[in-house]
Parts: sequence; structure tokens; C-alpha cells
Amino acid sequence: MEATIATKEHHSWDDDKSEGKPLKSSYGKMMMWFFIVSDALTFSGFIIAYGLMRFKFIETWPIADEVFTHIPFVHGNFPMLYVAFMTFVLIASSVTMVLAVDAGHQMKKNKVAWYMFWTILGGAVFVGSQAWEWKTFIQGSYGAIQMNDGKIIQFVDETGHQVTLESFVTSHGGEREQDVRSKGLWFTSESALPEFTVAEVTEAYKKHSELSIRTEKIIAATKSKEILSREASLNYLAEGKQVVKGANLKVNEYGSTLFADFFFFITGFHGFHVFSGIIFNMIIFFNVIIGTYEKRKSYEMVEKVGLYWHFVDLVWVFVFTFFYLV
Amino acid sequence: MAHDTNASHTALILKVFAFLSLVTIVEVAFGIVKPASLHLTSFLGTSPLNWIFLILTLVKAYGITWYFMHMKEEKKWLRRSVVWTSIFLISYLMILLLIEGSYLHEVLAPYVKWDY
Repeated sequence: MEATIATKEHHSWDDDKSEGKPLKSSYGKMMMWFFIVSDALTFSGFIIAYGLMRFKFIETWPIADEVFTHIPFVHGNFPMLYVAFMTFVLIASSVTMVLAVDAGHQMKKNKVAWYMFWTILGGAVFVGSQAWEWKTFIQGSYGAIQMNDGKIIQFVDETGHQVTLESFVTSHGGEREQDVRSKGLWFTSESALPEFTVAEVTEAYKKHSELSIRTEKIIAATKSKEILSREASLNYLAEGKQVVKGANLKVNEYGSTLFADFFFFITGFHGFHVFSGIIFNMIIFFNVIIGTYEKRKSYEMVEKVGLYWHFVDLVWVFVFTFFYLV
Repeated sequence: MAHDTNASHTALILKVFAFLSLVTIVEVAFGIVKPASLHLTSFLGTSPLNWIFLILTLVKAYGITWYFMHMKEEKKWLRRSVVWTSIFLISYLMILLLIEGSYLHEVLAPYVKWDY
């Protein structure tokens, strides 16, 4: 009988003081590892799906260095730098987290609280940067034209650098007004119309002989996008369907829409993990301050939440590689 | 406190931090400069630059898991059940889907129109 009855002395895994705990690990830590393995498989499923689509469209995939080129408050073309900063912030907040765990082992309450504070701050800076990165990507930088079959064409000057539509196109007031409720169209709605029409862009392009059109196609020898001759450009323009600015789930001025879809989905899912990590960290932070773990004589909760936080950092290392580097 | 090492590990943690930062800086530098000899050549299916990025990523992942997540101090079989399981399942899915992706490209790319 005794074997099946929970006695007063032995309630759970963690109450077992006989050092007979499975793998010498506490229940909570073991379950956190279970969760991390399954979450790692979820993330790898997403990233591998991205890989599948990238391999499928390997010839036309956008070049990340030409997509993420902005830095807050500074004008100009700076690929990689801002995302490098974000990566650094996340690694640094991982370091303060592991220092908090270390201080917890030594039962130094104030140190744990301060390191947790810096960790939360680092996480907040990262999520803020991610939001800014999204905003910049959604707003777009140059504008492009989408063709009837969905391909994107962009405009470049003699040096091969992209130019904005505003810099050479003049608007004649657009084809039509935007459908809005205030104009009596209560049964329909649409987002703001593009600033220019395809006809206006075509007309302006013909006047500017210094411009050329760049397609999505990557030339294998130089790993850069193909630039068309003037004659071929006009044939492409004749197939123009709509003017595109920025990126969303339906259309992407930088090229393949799938790139935008996966970017929003994977960095969004990761950003949501960071956000929930910040919430967990805050709960633990307040528990540290009110002395919960001091009374419990163990800071193991800091260690568990730390595992989750490092995992979020670990995922970012891979997202960084597959979206920005490779 | 499963392990009775109450001594501070600060020095080791900072060393790992310096190492991870250094690796990131190297990656970013390569990503900006993209030396033609590494970027435009091919080695085992992709450019040597991509191989460098992939290897450095795995090095960083090792540093984070072993030293920040304290995998180094866990029991051998806890470590193995986490690491081997993940590596096996992820490589399995990755190999199948990337082969599939290349095949889709091979089949579909010839049908994409580029002359208008």
C-alpha cells in the first residue's frame, strides 16, 4: 500500500531529499528544458519552411543587405549595423541574466535585483528596436512597380543605386479618389491609394534617360540583381499593374512577398517570445525585491526564467543568420 | 544550487560575453565587406562566406547553451537527451525540406517568364 500513497514526508519530486532526483535536476528545471526543446522544434519548423521557400525561389530572393539599410535618426545606406546593435543588446541582456543567476547562487538579493533590472531593460530596447525595424520595412524606402504576373521592378540610376519614385515622378492627381465612408461608400473600405499611378511612372521614366529598371532576377556571377536595357525596360513597364511602397503580407517592394510574410511571421513570433520573457522577468524581479526567494532560501526561479531568456537569445542568433547574413 | 559551487563565475561569464561579441563583430564585418573571393565562389553547394556564417552561428549557439544555460554543469544524460534529440530532429527536417526546395526550383524556374 505504502508505495501508492503520498505520505506526509514525501509529496513530490522536489521533496525527495535522498539525492535520487532523476538526472539530479529539479522538477521545474526539467520541465523548462522540455518546453525549450519543443519550442526549439517549433522555431526550426518555421525557419526551415523559410529555407524551403528560399530554395524554391533562390534566383529571385531579395538580398537582405538591400532591404534592411536604415538606422534611426540617420539618413543614408547602412546595411547590417542596426541589426548588429540589436543582436548585441540581446546578448548583453543574456549576460546580465546569467550574472543574476550567479548572484542568486550566492544569495545576494540586491545584486540579483539589479541584474534582473538590466536584463528587463535590454529586452525592452530589443523589442523597441524590432518594432522600429518593422515600421521601416512596412513604410518602405524607394517604391517599386508590381507587374501583372506579380514580379517587382525597381528603378536605379547610372551607378546602379536605387532611386525613390518621388525623386522623378510627378503626380497629376491620381486616377480616382480613395473609397471612404465619409464619401458615402459605407459598404466598402480600402487602404490609402498609392501616390502615383503606373501611367505617371511610365511617362516620367521615358523622360529620364539616366534611369534603368532592375528586376528581381539574381545574376549568379555577381550575386546582384539584373539591370535591364532602356528598350527592355519599357516592355517591362508596359506590364505594370500597380505602384508599391513598403511591404505587407500581400505585396513587397523589395521583391518576393514570401520574404515579407516569413519576416513578419518569424521575427513576430520571436518578438512575442521576447515580450513574454520580459513579463516573466518582471514577475520574478518583483518577487526578488519583496524577498520571496530570500525566504525560500533558493533563487532557482531566477535560473528557470533565465533558461527561457537565454533560449530567446539562442533563437535570435539563428534568425539573425538566416534573415540577415546568409 | 544543485551543484555546490557557490563561488562566483563572473570572470568566466564575461569571457564568454567577450567571445560572443567578438564572433558577432566578425560576422557583421564579413556581412558588410563581403570579400569577393569568399562571396562569389562556391564550396560544397554554397559560398565559403555562407559556410563561415553557419559555423560561427553554431559556435555562438554552443556558447549560449553550454555557458549561459549551464548545460555544461547538467548531468550527462540530461544534456544528451536535449541536445541529441534537437539536433537529430532538426537536421532530419532540414535535409528533407531543403532538398525538396531545390527540386521545386529546378522544376519551376524554367517556366518563369523573363522576356517581355
